[in-house]
Amino acid sequence: MKRLEEKHTLAIRWFHWLNFPILATMIWSGLLIYWANDVYHIHLGSMNIHLFPGWFYHPKPAALTKKGHALWHLDYRLAEGMAWHFFFFWLFAVNGVLYVSYLILSGQWREVAPKKNSFKDALQVVLHDLHLRKAKPAQSKYNGAQRIAYTAIVIMGFGSLVTGVAIYKPTQFAWLTRLVGGYETARFLHFWLTMGYVAFFLVHIMQVVRSGWNNFRSMITGYALVEEETKQA
Amino acid sequence: MNEQTEQKNQIPAKKTETAEQQIRRMSRRSILQGVGAVFLAGALDHWVNTRRTRQGIPWPLRRGLQINEEFWHDLASNRHLAPTFPPSQITHARTNGDVGLGEDQDIQDWQLKVSGLDTSNGGPSERVFHLDDIKKLPAYTIITQFKCIEGWSYIMQWKGARLADFMHAYPPPLRTDDNGNPLPPMDGMPAYPNFVSMMTPNKSYYVGLDVESALHPQTLLCYEMNGKPLTQEHGFPLRLIIPVKYGVKNIKRIGFIAYTNRRPADYWAEQGYDWYAEL
Repeated sequence: MKRLEEKHTLAIRWFHWLNFPILATMIWSGLLIYWANDVYHIHLGSMNIHLFPGWFYHPKPAALTKKGHALWHLDYRLAEGMAWHFFFFWLFAVNGVLYVSYLILSGQWREVAPKKNSFKDALQVVLHDLHLRKAKPAQSKYNGAQRIAYTAIVIMGFGSLVTGVAIYKPTQFAWLTRLVGGYETARFLHFWLTMGYVAFFLVHIMQVVRSGWNNFRSMITGYALVEEETKQA
Repeated sequence: MNEQTEQKNQIPAKKTETAEQQIRRMSRRSILQGVGAVFLAGALDHWVNTRRTRQGIPWPLRRGLQINEEFWHDLASNRHLAPTFPPSQITHARTNGDVGLGEDQDIQDWQLKVSGLDTSNGGPSERVFHLDDIKKLPAYTIITQFKCIEGWSYIMQWKGARLADFMHAYPPPLRTDDNGNPLPPMDGMPAYPNFVSMMTPNKSYYVGLDVESALHPQTLLCYEMNGKPLTQEHGFPLRLIIPVKYGVKNIKRIGFIAYTNRRPADYWAEQGYDWYAEL
């Protein structure tokens, strides 16, 4: 006999699924802006990777080149990027503030905030996921690695807001720009936080796929199917 | 989780439905909603991108920019000074943008034409100035971070006269109320016309400024950069330095200044950028 157990409240699911298109729009419009002054590189030994190479903004696969079509183009769209970015910034900020307020007021922050043993747990989760450790790590709603990841992403979101305002209004909020290390540093941090979201997204998708349908379904319906007898103490 | 909350967290199943059937129904509904949302987002994006263009971008985006710029402009004031830096942090000057510069400017041929001046005291509505007239005004030197709308910035030293001093010395008429009486000063500033327009001598580059930013104490009619007279490519002999705005508003080689109550044309705002371009 199986029964349904509520895993994610309606509010949490709304915050989560609204954030997805909002953050995607922020990253996309951010790229349109970044293109105008794409100064960052990754140095790996003697390798120097330019972020981003020309084909990234304007991919022209050989098959399409003859027709002169690009798959998409992210170049020469600075004005458009700014218009989208500064509009969706509000949605991103409001959704984030409501989410954090909700976690605090509902007490659900206790399931998300890392605990004393979360860091040790997280290590075990990583070892388990890499098939280096057999035993399944302890898990309540979230395991240690999830607690750290989901808390870190909120802090990163806050960091993006702060560094974003520091770049957007460096005169009116000169104190904020100074606080995050100056205009150039703010831009650097803003960029790498975004790269952090992309990394988070990739790992997140991998883990969701690994966890299976029942888990994913709980994020859309709110409920997970559980065995009647497996009651968690 | 204790027994009580567990009870609460169970949703009452329809009698005829097993838990499996129930969640399948809920999933179906959620996925349909999700597909609907994706189509809605796609339709919304299509709608935005196919709207009438208003100054270089679809009007919904232009409206968004306008609401944003008005909101942030409320927070702007002459009390917010752009940060200044010590001389040791001065960086080399990057040259960017030559719209409106054309041929090298000969100082003999250059003049600054100002229109829309106050005529109530019998003066002319238009006047012509030469560089010496600007240099007669008190000179200020500031070291600020010049920020391009593209994202780069350089710390540079600028010397020039305050645009505010120039405006007080050769004032435009005060705005009037419905009865034609001049308005009193606001925030310690005379009620000059709402906007200032500037153009290069060949009129191919032009900026519009709100009068509050024009009167900002760091806004300079600048003739020296990093201790030397402006070079040709940086706008010899006179350019605007307005650290509360992006580089696009810091017009090089000013040939014309006009005072107006209608928002003046702006080269880059016509290409889809925010009209204020404020920092």
